Amino acid sequence: MKKVTTVIRVGALVFVMSSISCESVKEYQKGKLNDSEMVLSNRKIQKTENSFQTYREGASGANGGKTGGGCGCN
Amino acid sequence: MLRLSAQTTAADSTKYKSTKLKLDEINLVSSYYKQDGNNAVVTGGTGTEELTDISNTIDVRLLKYGKTGIKHTFDVEAGIDHYTSASSDRIDLQANSSASSADNRFYPSVLYTRENEEKGSTLGLGLSSSTEFDYQSFGGNVSYSKKTKNKNGEFTAKFQAYLDQVKMILPVELRTPNSPSGTESRNTFAGSLSYSQIINQNLQIMFLADLISQSGYLSLPFHRVYFNDGNVHQENLPDTRLKIPLGVRASYFLGDNIIIRAYYRYYTDDWKLTAHTADLEVPVKLTSFFSISPFYRYYRQQGTQYFNAYRAHTAAEEFYTSNYDLSTFNSSFYGAGLKFTPPKGVFGIKHFNTVEIRYGHYTKTTQMTSNIVSINLKYK
Repeated sequence: MKKVTTVIRVGALVFVMSSISCESVKEYQKGKLNDSEMVLSNRKIQKTENSFQTYREGASGANGGKTGGGCGCN
Repeated sequence: MLRLSAQTTAADSTKYKSTKLKLDEINLVSSYYKQDGNNAVVTGGTGTEELTDISNTIDVRLLKYGKTGIKHTFDVEAGIDHYTSASSDRIDLQANSSASSADNRFYPSVLYTRENEEKGSTLGLGLSSSTEFDYQSFGGNVSYSKKTKNKNGEFTAKFQAYLDQVKMILPVELRTPNSPSGTESRNTFAGSLSYSQIINQNLQIMFLADLISQSGYLSLPFHRVYFNDGNVHQENLPDTRLKIPLGVRASYFLGDNIIIRAYYRYYTDDWKLTAHTADLEVPVKLTSFFSISPFYRYYRQQGTQYFNAYRAHTAAEEFYTSNYDLSTFNSSFYGAGLKFTPPKGVFGIKHFNTVEIRYGHYTKTTQMTSNIVSINLKYK
C-alpha cells in the first residue's frame, strides 16, 4: 500500500511538471539555458561523490550515469 | 551580453564545415575522500569503517566535423584510485596489516558520439573497464538521442552492460581446502530512458527512468555475518536483483545571478529496498568569473529484508547480510563549491579557463561520517 502511494505521488509530480505550459524557445534565446551551471546532469567534479554514494547507499541509477555494476558496490 | 553570446552560438551551430580532429577540452579531477564509522561489514557489522581514497581522473575530449556537418566527438578518460581500508584489512583478523589494507583501482573508458545537428540526432558508443585486485569489470554502452522538431525537447534511450568478475577472497578463518576459489561472475544490464524539455528561457526539466537487472554473485566473499548462535558465515544474498530508479531534474535561472538545480529520485528493487533522494544546489554568480554553489542532499532508505545486525541473524534464514549500506537509515550530504572562470584564464593562461573546488560532509544515522574535497581543472 505504501509503495502504491509513493508511485501515485511520483506520478502526480510527473503530471504536474509535464502540465506546465512550454514556450517555444529559439536558439538565440537560450543564453541562460546554455549556462554550464544549468546542465541537466551531474558535473565532472561530482564524479567521486557519486561513486562513494553508490558504495555507501543501496540505491543507484536514474542520474544519467552509472546504474550499478563495474565495481564491488551495490 | 547574454543575448550577444547566444546569437554567436546560434550562428556557429548552423554553419557546417569539415574540420580536422582537434582538442576540445581536457578535465583533470582529483578527490580526497575519508570516512569513519563503526559498522564494518567485513567484521560482521561491527568494527571500524575507516577508509581513505585518493582518486585522479583525466578526461580528454576530441572533436571533428565531417563534410556533411556531422559532429564526431571522442571522449577518452582514465582514472586511478588509491585507497586504504581498515575494515578490508580485517579479512585476516589476526593480521596487524595485511595485503588487503590498501589497493589501487584503474578505470579507463572511451566514448564516441556522432551527432547530426541538423536532424537533432546523436548516436553514442562506449567501452569501459575497471581493474582492482579482487574485481575486474568490462562495460559497454550504446545510446541514441533525438531532439524534437523545435529542438526544445530531447528523448534519449541508452543500454549499458557490465560483465564483472569477483575474486573469491574469503575471511581467513572460513577458508578450507574445499572453499571456492578463482572468480565468480556478476552481470549487470541496464536500460535507461530520459526526456528533457525546455519550459521557457529560464527553466528546463528532465525525467529519467532505468530498469536494471543484475545476476550472478551479488554478495562479496569477504563479508562476514555472525549468527545469534555465535557462528560466523559468509554473506549470502540472492543471485538476481531487479532495480527500478525513477528521477526528475530541473534547472531554473532565477534573475541574472542565481541558478536553482533540483533533483529527486525514487528507487525500489526486489530485495525490498526502497529509497528517496532529494538534492538541491544553488549556484550564485557573485561576479562574471566567480560563483559559489552551496548544496544539500537528503537520502532516506528503507533497508533490504536480508539485513540484520551483528549476531541477530538466525540459521533458519536463507539469505543474510550485516552490510549497513543495505540497512534502514537516513543520510545528509552538504557543502559548497567555488568556481573561478577568469576571462584571461587561470594564472593568465588563456586556455586554462576554469578551476573548481568542492567540499562536502556526509553523515548517516548509522553514525558513519565522511568528508570529501574535489578539484576540477579545465583546459579548453
